Amino acid sequence: MSDLSINPGIEIRDSERELQRFRGRLAMLGIFVLSLFGLLLLRFFYLQVIQHGHYSTLAEANRISIQPIAPHRGIIVDRNGIQLAHNYSAYTLEITPSKVPDLNATIDELAEVVEITPRDRRRFRKLLEESKRFESLPIRTRLSDEEISRFAAHRYRFPGVEAKARLFRQYPQGEMFSHVVGHIGRINQKEVEQLESEDRLANYRGSDYIGKTGLEQSYEKFLHGTTGVEEVEVDSGGRAVRTLSRTPPVSGNNLVLNLDAKLQEIAYNAFGERRGALVAIDPVTGGVLAFVSKPGFDPNLFVDGIDPQSWGELNGSIDKPLLNRAAAGTYPPGSTFKPFMALAALFYGKRTPQQAISDPGFYMFGGHRFRDDKVGGHGMVDMYKSIVVSCDTYYYVLANDLGIDPISRFMAMFGFGSRTGIDIGGESAGILPSSEWKMRRFKQKWYPGETISVGIGQGYNSYTPLQLASATATLANDGVMFRPHIVNYVEDIRTREKSLIEPKPLRDLALKPEHLKVIKDSLIGVNKEGTSARVFADAAYVSAGKTGTAQVIAIKQNEKYVESRVAERHRDHALFIAYAPADKPTIALAVIAENSGFGARAAAPIARQVLDYYLLGKVPQKPAETDDN
Amino acid sequence: MPPVLRRLILFLTRHIDGVLLSAILLLMFTGLLVLLSASNGNFVRTSGQLGNMLVALGVMWLFANIPPHYLQRLALPVFALGCALLIGVALFGEIVNGARRWLHIGVTRIQPSELMKIALPLMLAWYFNRNEASLKLRNYVIAALMLVAPVALIARQPDLGTAILIMASGCYVIFLAGLPWRIIIALGVAGLTSLPFLWSVMHDYQRQRVLTLIDPTSDPLGSGYHTIQSTIAVGSGGILGKGWMNGTQTHLDFIPERTTDFIFAVYAEEFGLLGNAILLLLFLFLIARAMVITANAPTLFTRLLGGAITMTFFTYAFVNMGMVSGILPVVGVPLPLISYGGTSLVSICLGFGILMSINTHKKLVQT
Repeated sequence: MSDLSINPGIEIRDSERELQRFRGRLAMLGIFVLSLFGLLLLRFFYLQVIQHGHYSTLAEANRISIQPIAPHRGIIVDRNGIQLAHNYSAYTLEITPSKVPDLNATIDELAEVVEITPRDRRRFRKLLEESKRFESLPIRTRLSDEEISRFAAHRYRFPGVEAKARLFRQYPQGEMFSHVVGHIGRINQKEVEQLESEDRLANYRGSDYIGKTGLEQSYEKFLHGTTGVEEVEVDSGGRAVRTLSRTPPVSGNNLVLNLDAKLQEIAYNAFGERRGALVAIDPVTGGVLAFVSKPGFDPNLFVDGIDPQSWGELNGSIDKPLLNRAAAGTYPPGSTFKPFMALAALFYGKRTPQQAISDPGFYMFGGHRFRDDKVGGHGMVDMYKSIVVSCDTYYYVLANDLGIDPISRFMAMFGFGSRTGIDIGGESAGILPSSEWKMRRFKQKWYPGETISVGIGQGYNSYTPLQLASATATLANDGVMFRPHIVNYVEDIRTREKSLIEPKPLRDLALKPEHLKVIKDSLIGVNKEGTSARVFADAAYVSAGKTGTAQVIAIKQNEKYVESRVAERHRDHALFIAYAPADKPTIALAVIAENSGFGARAAAPIARQVLDYYLLGKVPQKPAETDDN
Repeated sequence: MPPVLRRLILFLTRHIDGVLLSAILLLMFTGLLVLLSASNGNFVRTSGQLGNMLVALGVMWLFANIPPHYLQRLALPVFALGCALLIGVALFGEIVNGARRWLHIGVTRIQPSELMKIALPLMLAWYFNRNEASLKLRNYVIAALMLVAPVALIARQPDLGTAILIMASGCYVIFLAGLPWRIIIALGVAGLTSLPFLWSVMHDYQRQRVLTLIDPTSDPLGSGYHTIQSTIAVGSGGILGKGWMNGTQTHLDFIPERTTDFIFAVYAEEFGLLGNAILLLLFLFLIARAMVITANAPTLFTRLLGGAITMTFFTYAFVNMGMVSGILPVVGVPLPLISYGGTSLVSICLGFGILMSINTHKKLVQT
């Protein structure tokens, strides 16, 4: 601007020329605008005049409707082909709320024709709250042929009510597999958003259901299949007149599991009335053979939306049937921790197998008296004996010698305190205590006295039965660790092509064979002459095991634990880990029986029944009895 | 008329351009009519939009009263703020529906790309104005860099629709600033040859939209659904349309997002080719008036800013109608002054406010 005053004449002429140039360019943009609007007008002319007939046919006379065809969901079978989740076709009675003026009156009238229970009504109410008014919602499912024909005869009375043939998901094994197979349920708003963000919503246009828990959830992408499309002409009443084109749906893939349904059944029943969990793993592949969490629940209740009352009963139960104890429940491992502690001692060179201590029945540390289970002590105890008789004092001393952080580092290699990565969701990480963990969790430093009880699997230790089973399998497999996986392979239903879920070796702990031999010999000793010898007395195979007992409440240092004096829910948990055959293991497992007392007494008999069936095919006649002698 | 009232009227209308305002009001009225039909006669939604319009008109009045040289002074800080916020989004942005577009600032969250729609043309106009006396090739290169950096950030979010619109507004400014023809031609050739590369860096969903444009039936349940249904709505409207409130596609729930991005499908179905032609004429009238204002603007800054505002408005209208009638891919662009939604209304009216200001303040500048 300041230039203007210096040489006005030239500048003005210059800017005059600039202005002309600008106006020229602007005019070009004007032509650009005109031609693009002209293009739009041509397009409108094409659509609204030339193609008008075609589009009004589509829109008005025979409104074209693109109808999705939901695919069949893949089925889930165990390793022997026993069905754990399958589909069957049945009729449902569905109401479209927006087409019905008075819902209650309609349902009352319907009840005169087919049976409608109060539970059906409650479930329908709940669905109604969760869905849009123009969706059709089931009021009754699984109608008999007789009911269908009765409804058909009265159909004219019920506009907005339709009988539809639908595929239903069923879990024939019920509560036994509730936590591992999981269940499907109606798609909710949150899942719609999730699908949308993953660009998968289009494939669910015809689907009402989605996997909610367990394998049904984690393998949803494989199980669901691809939705088909049918282009139909519909008349003004919305009824299909003619199919124009059809792309058939592609059924979902089947899952074939590593699980053995019969083994699972035996394990589940072995618990009798007790609560607990059992995980059995093939140590060579990481394949999960049995995955029990007891009590379970009937997953079939959830498929069409659970009614509020049944939900309240399950959710409020003191037995916590909805909790997946095997993967999400965490427990102190008790003495089942000792073989791993002993291995740590050898690993760090802090003990030789022969080195023995004299056990007076307690260990004094910092003025605190850590009691051994056996009054008066076990006498001279070396490593073998420490495991076989489960001597606490040996491990008190050892834990103190090792220190918390070396223990923590060693146990982390076995997967304690981190999720195993099993192929279902909801897994807990558990707690592997370390000084760093305590600082993070409580903002406090670690006290050496806290290390002592960690040595016998108490203290802050808290792991899932799945972690314990995985660690046992790793030990059985000489330190080569696999990611536990429930699914063996996914099978394409059309091509019969199998995609194997490859056994994935997570890591080789590179343990020394001579160290492993000491521990494994000791574990054989436990079942031969140790704490669980009586339970395995006449077994036709050589097995390795370790008992454990985990305190639920702390006992004062001079008090003795007397089971009968303690409330049932405060009694100790019984634990047992085992693998067999000892020389070439094909199964490794961890059992926890909640509030059942000593591991040898309650948990080992369950393991025995499982091993007997898996190795010998022996089917037990009744639940595992506690070994009370 | 009492002198107080006369002073008040003068105060209210002094910087308002009557021609522009009447075109805007006509379009807004049309918008309310269509919205009432699109929302199945929902008065709450329609009166909500009426409220939005009043706010937008208020903003327009406010900006009409701000002399352009104030805006000129604001250009650099506003642009810097916009860039800082965009970088903030890239680093700490919140992900909604798979795209990182939002930024939390204390109590509320903002979408900085909205700010950039006005900040970028403002900045480029300021920049060219500053270097008016000696525009060299170097200045165009720097301007292009100032354009490409924020556009790249927005495209990465990913928000391709907004990125393209901002890119377009910047290109208009550079074009109007007199970018030599040989460079325009060279860029055009280079652009065509780089298309395969562009394809390779596009997101899957963006490719899908382009493929769907070529053949909507390839994905009838997914991204093709919108196009199929809106094309049917437009086509079935015929010459005279099905009549207000009588569109079957509209009222049978076939048109998705029919109050916002796809509201033109409702209009075209109910008012037909005749209605479409009238709407195009209305838009054209508005654009023509805005161009006249631009052509007579006193400084390079106001000329470039006016041109950018005018052409951006045109681009919105063209892209939206092109998308609904199936000649452009589906991008989230509202039909200006018609679609439901306050943000776009306010930013459009803000632009027209600036145009009015340019037109009514020029005498002040020239003296």
